[in-house]
Amino acid sequence: MLDWLISLWSDPNTRWILMGCTLLGLGSGVIGSFTFLRRESLLGDTLAHAALPGVCIAFILHEVKSAGLFLVGALLAGIAAVLCVSAISRWTKIKPDAAMGIVLTFFFGVGTVMLTHIQHSGSGSQSGLDKYLFGQAAAMVTRDVYTLMGVSLLLVLAALLLFKEFKLISFDPGFARGIGLPVGLLEHAMLILTTVAVAAGIQAVGVVLVAALLITPAAAARYWTDRLSVMLTFAGLFGALSGASGAAISTLGEGIPTGPVTVLAATLLFAVSLLLAPRRGLVARALRHRGLKADYAARSAVHASGSPEAAEGGGRR
Amino acid sequence: MMDFWIILTAVLVASACSILGCFLILRRMALVGDAISHAVLPGIAIAFLMSGTRDSMWMLLGATAFGLLTVFLIQTLQTFGLQSDASIGIVFTALFAVGVLLISLNAQHIDLDLDCVLFGEIAYVPWDTWTLGGIQMGPRAVFMLGITLMVILLLLGLFYKQFKICAFDPAMAAACGIPVLLFHYLLMGMVSMTAVSSFESVGAILVVGMLIIPAATAYLLTHRLGIMIGLSVAVGIVSAISGYLVSYLLDASIAGCIVSVAGILFILALIFSPSSGLLVKFTRRSSSARTAS
Repeated sequence: MLDWLISLWSDPNTRWILMGCTLLGLGSGVIGSFTFLRRESLLGDTLAHAALPGVCIAFILHEVKSAGLFLVGALLAGIAAVLCVSAISRWTKIKPDAAMGIVLTFFFGVGTVMLTHIQHSGSGSQSGLDKYLFGQAAAMVTRDVYTLMGVSLLLVLAALLLFKEFKLISFDPGFARGIGLPVGLLEHAMLILTTVAVAAGIQAVGVVLVAALLITPAAAARYWTDRLSVMLTFAGLFGALSGASGAAISTLGEGIPTGPVTVLAATLLFAVSLLLAPRRGLVARALRHRGLKADYAARSAVHASGSPEAAEGGGRR
Repeated sequence: MMDFWIILTAVLVASACSILGCFLILRRMALVGDAISHAVLPGIAIAFLMSGTRDSMWMLLGATAFGLLTVFLIQTLQTFGLQSDASIGIVFTALFAVGVLLISLNAQHIDLDLDCVLFGEIAYVPWDTWTLGGIQMGPRAVFMLGITLMVILLLLGLFYKQFKICAFDPAMAAACGIPVLLFHYLLMGMVSMTAVSSFESVGAILVVGMLIIPAATAYLLTHRLGIMIGLSVAVGIVSAISGYLVSYLLDASIAGCIVSVAGILFILALIFSPSSGLLVKFTRRSSSARTAS
């Protein structure tokens, strides 16, 4: 076990990937907390699928694979997708969830057409494009890891700087507008940060699973606290832990993919939080429920026996 | 003949999905369909590991059970106080991760390509045939999808009224004495069955696309459920056939082209729908502005 940990650290390539995945988990956990509170968790899924045509267009235009370029493509496509979702749900009777589904599949479908077109036209360097989509952190080169780390740090920094503003628009947009905050601008900023997190995360865990990086750590963190600052810390911690264990465990064997392990680690943390968190966890709730029941039974027994002092004592307890 | 089988498969997927999609859209559960079609992956992988082949009815049933498990888990998390979008997201990503992990760990035992899971390779359908008593019975996917479509038509034909009331007003349905939960799980079971039987031939994305886009297109065009289902199937079939032709011209993924064509049909309906299209809406607005002035 210890040897394994040491070997992880001593191999420079593995070390970079480990740090990249950890920071990525941290960044997306923090940003995901805000999207979780705004009840827009599945937007991450939409953004991830919508990134495909953007990535393909970036590749067609420049004929090179680079994380930075793909990030820009994914960002632009994600913004286009979000605009489409809000346009559909605003101008028609179609509900936002169906609008998300329509945009998600349409963008992904168009992206698939482009991807297969690229593959069949056979420009030599396209082989890694599908790797990019299904997420294999081990396939990243050092420059991509640098991009990933830079992006994750940017996410955390932005969340810290705009903490108060984001907090207000997450809990009470009406009040935020009332005190003169530029709510529309802040919402767009948050959206762009979410898109950046998704676009960066696709490389490590893949299109389908990247939504989990945003949702699961945030949902787990929600069980531990009622304060936003504590929740962000927990979500970042859970995200970082799952990212690190995903990257570490996938070095154990040839066929172990990073993405699924990362997501399963996050799910495990969520399950533990759901069960064992103090106050909001299921176990704590069941215990409290039982305590109340016993208390009530004791009190009604006292009432039935008709002793006023005992009843008063019970009430005071 | 090859083209015929491929188009037939696509048409079967499109019809099965677009019928069910109408009910999903009306019940505001479009994204649950998305979740189910991803979450049946571990069921398929486990069925593969246990039976070693893929031509068993058990696989269809076992993986359908996983679809129902998804719905059950999503609802359980919701009763524990988690908001619905997060519970959908957590459950389907976790199950999909289990599926991908199972497949990559047992790559030598499972004859299933991970790329095909998302995009599907409908072009291989005609080669994947099955035989009964030595007689060539045609592609397996067509057979499985045919059974699924038959089950859907049978159940909806028998309980059309019940499904309709549940879709529009579950509270009233419960008051009428209809077992709402049972019909909910029946609907979800049918979605899972469709997802499983079309999964490896056409991929998750075509299933989700066909579940949501044709039904949403039909939703823009009419106010009556019966007509909506008919229109939805029509949109699904038209996009399946023309999507195949487009893919032939572009030399690109068939599933991707079908979804793209369906998306274009949706955009056309969005602009030109006689009742709620953007064109009608804006001309009406400008003409009313003119009469006001």
